Amino acid sequence: MVQALKYLSETASQTAGPYVHIGLSPGAAGFDIYRQELGHDICGPNAKGERIRVTGVIIDGTGAPIKDAMLEVWQANADGVYAHPGGGGPVEDGFRGWGRVITDFETGEWTFESVKPGNTAGSAGTPQAPHLNLWIVARGINVGLNTRMYFADEAEANTIDPVLNLIEWESRRATLIADRDVLGDLPTYRFDIRLQGDNETVFFDV
Amino acid sequence: MTKPGEFYPRNRDIHPVSLSPGYKSSVTRSPRLALVSLQSTISEQTGPVFGADDIDAGDNDLLTNYAAPGQSPIGERIILHGHVLDENVRPVPNTLVEIWQANAGGRYRHKKDTYLAPIDPNFGGCGRTLTDENGYFFFRTVMPGAYPWRNHANNWRPAHIHVSIFGSGFAQRLITQCYFEGDPLIPLCPIVQTIPDQNAIEQLVARLDLNATIPLDSVAYKFDIILRGRRSTLFENRPEGN
Ligand SMILES: [Fe+3]
Repeated sequence: MVQALKYLSETASQTAGPYVHIGLSPGAAGFDIYRQELGHDICGPNAKGERIRVTGVIIDGTGAPIKDAMLEVWQANADGVYAHPGGGGPVEDGFRGWGRVITDFETGEWTFESVKPGNTAGSAGTPQAPHLNLWIVARGINVGLNTRMYFADEAEANTIDPVLNLIEWESRRATLIADRDVLGDLPTYRFDIRLQGDNETVFFDV
Repeated sequence: MTKPGEFYPRNRDIHPVSLSPGYKSSVTRSPRLALVSLQSTISEQTGPVFGADDIDAGDNDLLTNYAAPGQSPIGERIILHGHVLDENVRPVPNTLVEIWQANAGGRYRHKKDTYLAPIDPNFGGCGRTLTDENGYFFFRTVMPGAYPWRNHANNWRPAHIHVSIFGSGFAQRLITQCYFEGDPLIPLCPIVQTIPDQNAIEQLVARLDLNATIPLDSVAYKFDIILRGRRSTLFENRPEGN
């Protein structure tokens, strides 16, 4: 008889369903209940670095934008530090680096404002290019989808990014790179996420 | 001192199949190409940290957090409690757990829900809490009702509570649903059946926990949540900036 290994098995995922807003963004569901909803302020007032806006839609297999999704972002600050005990150092007061947005019920657009992150430590020494970690849930999505958004104006860092370089097909790397628009009050990056079809976005098994 | 290490690879066999045609909404919303496997980096090994300032003490009591003073929602009063642990059987302390659910009649407080069951004026349907140092959490609420949904013409969701958990790294982020022991709708539900592994389904079914009931007040159900395990590595004690 061999000894038993004392491990548990991860709890299985289930879809967030169409009413994810009730729990995670009740104001959007149509009611006010908490003193404060979480995830509306990603970087706080003291964050260093360039202020940016990020916007996009999530497109399903028919080509239509999804209007009931929730997206969370997790990012480092401008110094490449995550607001976490293992994040690599201190961050500005009020910088959490995490946010939560829902897609618009009419248009499917999502938008958030933050600061552009810096390079972060890479596992094998090569730094990771600036990126946002995104997690998407919705009705019809059985296990939350992990992806990353990189910045088109960081071409040099992107070229050596260890994660982008894991993607075998160079053409697919482009699905993770957001173009910068210099118009408007803030530099705006557009990141459309395609769940299926031509230019399906790369999703990661992290 | 330890720093967060790499996560064990996710065992996808216990998770739902992304493309599950019995759950029709998954057909156009599931990626068709394979996921790209990544050894977790600092970006996945870290995740947001929440504290007592973020939430209020009563946020985990759905019997009172939306009710008018002196009122309470209609329905069977329950306690939903358990531990958040990782695959190494270590407690996950201080992590944010958020829930949402229909009222006792199976109706959600949501502008898109048009089911004919009534809204309960004293029930919002959401709650949140932080686990304590042992990973323990509890909520007070009412048993949610089953409700019909448009998939096949006569599909009913079993009574369920949606649960969102963070863990200590973004790779542990999880949303699931908690079902209740003895519900005959569980095996008939196309969303439950997206999970191919029967043990994994049973792990989503909260058990009646008579010892934790409050006599003459509320019956209790136990729901433990297991997040992915990670290796621990020794801290490299490097001075700041190196
Ligand atoms: Fe539901």
